[in-house]
Amino acid sequence: MTAVAETVGAPGAHHEPGLRVRFGWAVTDTLTITRRNLLVWMRVPAYLVFTVIQPVMFVLLFRYVFGGAIPVHTVGGYVNFLIPGIIAQTAAFATFGTAIALAQELKKGVIDRLRSMPMARSAVLAGRLVADTGRMLVTILIIVGVGYAVGFRFEQGFVPAVAMIVLATVFGVAICCISAYTGLAIGDEESVQAFGLIWLFPLTFLSSAFVPISTMPGWLQAFANNQPVTYVVDTMRALALGGPVEASLWKSLAWLVGIFVVFLPLAVRAYRRAS
Amino acid sequence: MSQFNGVGEQPAILVEGLTKSFGEVHALRGIDLSVPRGTVLGVLGPNGAGKTTAVRILTTLLLPDGGRALVEGYDVVREAAAVRRSIGLAGQSAAIQEELTGRENLEIIGRLYHLSWPRARSRATELLEQFGLSDAADRTAKNYSGGMQRRLDLAASLVGQPKVLFLDEPTTGLDPRSRLGMWDIIRSLAADGTTLLLTTQYLDEADELADEIVVIDHGLVIAAGTSEELKGRVGGDVVEFIVPDRSRIGNAVAAIAKINEGEPHADPETGVVTVGVGGRGSEALIEAVRSLDAAGVETRGLTLRRPSLDDVFLALTGHAAEDDAPGGRQRGSRGRRRGDSKEMERTAS
Repeated sequence: MTAVAETVGAPGAHHEPGLRVRFGWAVTDTLTITRRNLLVWMRVPAYLVFTVIQPVMFVLLFRYVFGGAIPVHTVGGYVNFLIPGIIAQTAAFATFGTAIALAQELKKGVIDRLRSMPMARSAVLAGRLVADTGRMLVTILIIVGVGYAVGFRFEQGFVPAVAMIVLATVFGVAICCISAYTGLAIGDEESVQAFGLIWLFPLTFLSSAFVPISTMPGWLQAFANNQPVTYVVDTMRALALGGPVEASLWKSLAWLVGIFVVFLPLAVRAYRRAS
Repeated sequence: MSQFNGVGEQPAILVEGLTKSFGEVHALRGIDLSVPRGTVLGVLGPNGAGKTTAVRILTTLLLPDGGRALVEGYDVVREAAAVRRSIGLAGQSAAIQEELTGRENLEIIGRLYHLSWPRARSRATELLEQFGLSDAADRTAKNYSGGMQRRLDLAASLVGQPKVLFLDEPTTGLDPRSRLGMWDIIRSLAADGTTLLLTTQYLDEADELADEIVVIDHGLVIAAGTSEELKGRVGGDVVEFIVPDRSRIGNAVAAIAKINEGEPHADPETGVVTVGVGGRGSEALIEAVRSLDAAGVETRGLTLRRPSLDDVFLALTGHAAEDDAPGGRQRGSRGRRRGDSKEMERTAS
């Protein structure tokens, strides 16, 4: 019943601009929103702390404090094991920002204003995803840089290294869709933050990101071995350090596609119905 | 206007039998509105009356369950895109990006209205000037006062030069001075010919700004007319006084019940008692003094005054405008607000 009116515009067609004009608007509106989000991001020190300083601290903490106690059989030792894991975790945690920002905009009425304007309806979410992808990429590159400073090395050359970074980014964007949905569906920044901890912490820590899964108790291994973060991190490690890529790559892609297919429409729907 | 050949007389906003429920809550139970072009409609009602729901439907944010609504002749459901090109919306909170400057906020909105960059810039400058924000234009909005943020928000709603502007409780939460400033701005918008729909729970605000007022309660329009017409419903003047000893309120009500057929109303929290006395003015006042004196009830601030919209609301609904308010807003707020408006009168004069 409520879905009908969301496909607006058709009856008053002679007033409506053509498809090409509207597509052009969708692009420029998305860029405008992207620009706005990046401006906001650069103005809030807390965002920078969370997206840059926190992951760097994690690198240092695991590299120099916990790392010595974690035995791994990886070329180059624990630091090489760690960096792909940290990158995946950071990409996932960066989406806290997505959820919180959307919840804030919803609460302050910013989204109401935008929805009442003749702009492309897709632009708010698309612009958010584009800006957050850029943000994520910057963070990932910083961690690679810090990783190099503390001894990490790509062992397979340039192309696999780029492929690893691309995979990490796509993974981050997939998680972004989940976060965008939670932000819009919950609509309160503190609840969103609390909820984010509840699912993002287990998802990233109960994986192969920081320790070999074989060191975990059996029941935990059952979870850790079969969840997307593990597949993605294993693929990233194989790309960065060598080893079989294919099996974990296909499983990663299947998961990522699944996440997009489920959560992107959910996020769009939550945006349209936001109140 | 050519798109309206021959229908130039149609109202800017037309609402017929609009209904909307949220589960068991019937927010709108069939309301009708008609707002002629270039006029200001005040939609008055307590929290939860359905005002915001109506605004959200008219601004295409929410779909109605039944009935229809046209804005500038466009159906809000079937022609939502065209409606969005005709309207501006300023909601209950300042919907601005606090991390950005006032100018950036308006430029971005301008871009989203598909203005060219130079045009978006010049429009932002115009509006910042019009709203007295030129000096603060390049400061981040976070450092603005509440009043400035709301002015920026209102400016943002005007970037697209809307024909119809929706203001949902534009002065809620503002201090008395900012509120008066907002009133001035709203008056000048109305003078420029913008059609305005303004919701408020402040009766004096509707009285000040609106050409026509509709009173909404529990999702229904319970009265409509000009402020004068609505005041006429109370039936003339009002005698009002305060009973400092709350335990004597009952005696006071009993004492004055006989001076008029109208039912006296007493607020047990504030001790304010009012009674409509029709056209008998000072005669009724003297009677009231005598009866209260005879009953031995001590009173303060006994006055005879013209009816306010507060009285109208009482007369229409049997409860004060804000009595329905959920949790956070205590019943005493009515008395407090009354204090506020006195404060404002002083500031104004």
